[in-house]
Amino acid sequence: MTNTEIKNKIEKILDGLVFSGEESDFLRIETNKDKIRDLMKKLKEDGELSFDYLFSLTGVDFGEELGVIYHLESVKTRKLIQITVKTKRENAEIDTIHDIFPAAYFNEIEAHEFFGIKFKNHPDLKHLFLPEDWDKGYPMRKDYTDINMLIR
Amino acid sequence: MEEFLTDQLKTQEYFLNMGPQHPATHGVLRLLLKLDGEIIRNVDMDLGFIHRSIEKMCERNTYKQIIHLTDRLDYLSSHMNNEAVCLLVEKALNIEVSDRIKVIRTMMDELTRISSHVLWWGVMGMDIGALTTFMYGFREREMINDIFEETCGARLTMNYNVIGGLRYDLHENFVKRVKEFIKHFKKKLPEYDKLLTNNVIFRKRIEGVGYISEKDAVAYGLNGPTARGSGVSCDIRKIHPYSAYDRVDFEEVIFTEGDSYARYKVRIQEMWQSLSILEQLVDKIPEGEYRVKTKAVIKLPEGDYLQRVEAARGDFGIFVKSTGQKFPYRVKFRSPGFANLTALNKMTQGLKIADLVAVLSTIDIVVPDIDR
Repeated sequence: MTNTEIKNKIEKILDGLVFSGEESDFLRIETNKDKIRDLMKKLKEDGELSFDYLFSLTGVDFGEELGVIYHLESVKTRKLIQITVKTKRENAEIDTIHDIFPAAYFNEIEAHEFFGIKFKNHPDLKHLFLPEDWDKGYPMRKDYTDINMLIR
Repeated sequence: MEEFLTDQLKTQEYFLNMGPQHPATHGVLRLLLKLDGEIIRNVDMDLGFIHRSIEKMCERNTYKQIIHLTDRLDYLSSHMNNEAVCLLVEKALNIEVSDRIKVIRTMMDELTRISSHVLWWGVMGMDIGALTTFMYGFREREMINDIFEETCGARLTMNYNVIGGLRYDLHENFVKRVKEFIKHFKKKLPEYDKLLTNNVIFRKRIEGVGYISEKDAVAYGLNGPTARGSGVSCDIRKIHPYSAYDRVDFEEVIFTEGDSYARYKVRIQEMWQSLSILEQLVDKIPEGEYRVKTKAVIKLPEGDYLQRVEAARGDFGIFVKSTGQKFPYRVKFRSPGFANLTALNKMTQGLKIADLVAVLSTIDIVVPDIDR
């Protein structure tokens, strides 16, 4: 399956998605945050696409906005796609997908504590890497400053 | 008596703290166990005891400098991690490296894989109570470390890869030493089977323990030998061949049982496969340049880049978001160990507490890789 074929298939499943990178080695999709759960479910359950393997979940500070980049892979076809979701900087919130992809559970915790993105309906957004009493903000954001950060 | 035990003896679940400094966690990993007597009900984890925020540091370092940070992740597959950065930049800038570089990188990869698996094998035996294996494992590891030391001056954090090739050309003794090692290791691997694999006590400890199905393995994002023990085909060397893997003949080792013993067998068989790859390449190292000249300041064009390699623990991925500057905008290390560790709770449900150590050992975690 080529990237263009994947794109055509996904367009049939759900509309309102922005595609790019058909010529490169993986397809990139940008979606609205209301649609993320719907999209993920359909990508996983579709028999032909079967994107059933969450390769990675990356929190990103886009500057004006925060966001999450998902990389999904199909174990059957070994095709990879990238899905980007953006959210406002204040009260950043994205729906959790840990019930669709259990692999997302701890990755969402990580994105929450380093970027301050709240994952709606995630059962336990605790501190995993940072100390339990951490209250100095979100270290991976671009505007985070710390006296101990020597390299500027 | 039975009535007394079931009706009047009240039991209750309790929490037990394991780690952060527990020898079986192979580093500083804290596990919170919810136990019913000796039976595990839930395993929760607490990480970050050696979190160095390498991803953040990468945002303030050039691509050449990032290479030196990656071998502090999974230090037992440092060469593969370094290679991942180099491959990413080389692919993005269309730098074509010579066959000599590709073959040497592949050989170093496989030597690293053997040295990592040998250490795992030694520690695996030790976790279960067979102290001899550790010494045996280190005997072979020492030979590989000597080869590394002679080639690039370092034994653990090698930094042998640079963007566009290798830091130094091969040492003149390399081929001789590798041949010696192959000959030696071929005799010793069957000894490993005699000593540990066929040991009745050992087999009883790991056979049928720590089961995870193929479906769950995919859902939890397992990768590397851990997933291949559950029948998932996931070897990046086969799926997206890089360096010289497309020109060597080797098998992807897959077992379908999904228990600790299957994961054990995968790693043992992988050592045989690595040996076979080394044998195929050792006489055929092509002549050529060992480094391609690159620009002093490397800037990736704006965009997203992803590079995956098969590290000793599994599918190691680097995701770079570049804005065209000399520093990357965002770097994400997709660590194989972190994904594998998240399935620990699933694997150990209902097992005894002593089995937890055995299961944790067959996942083969390296904590700096998880903490990043």
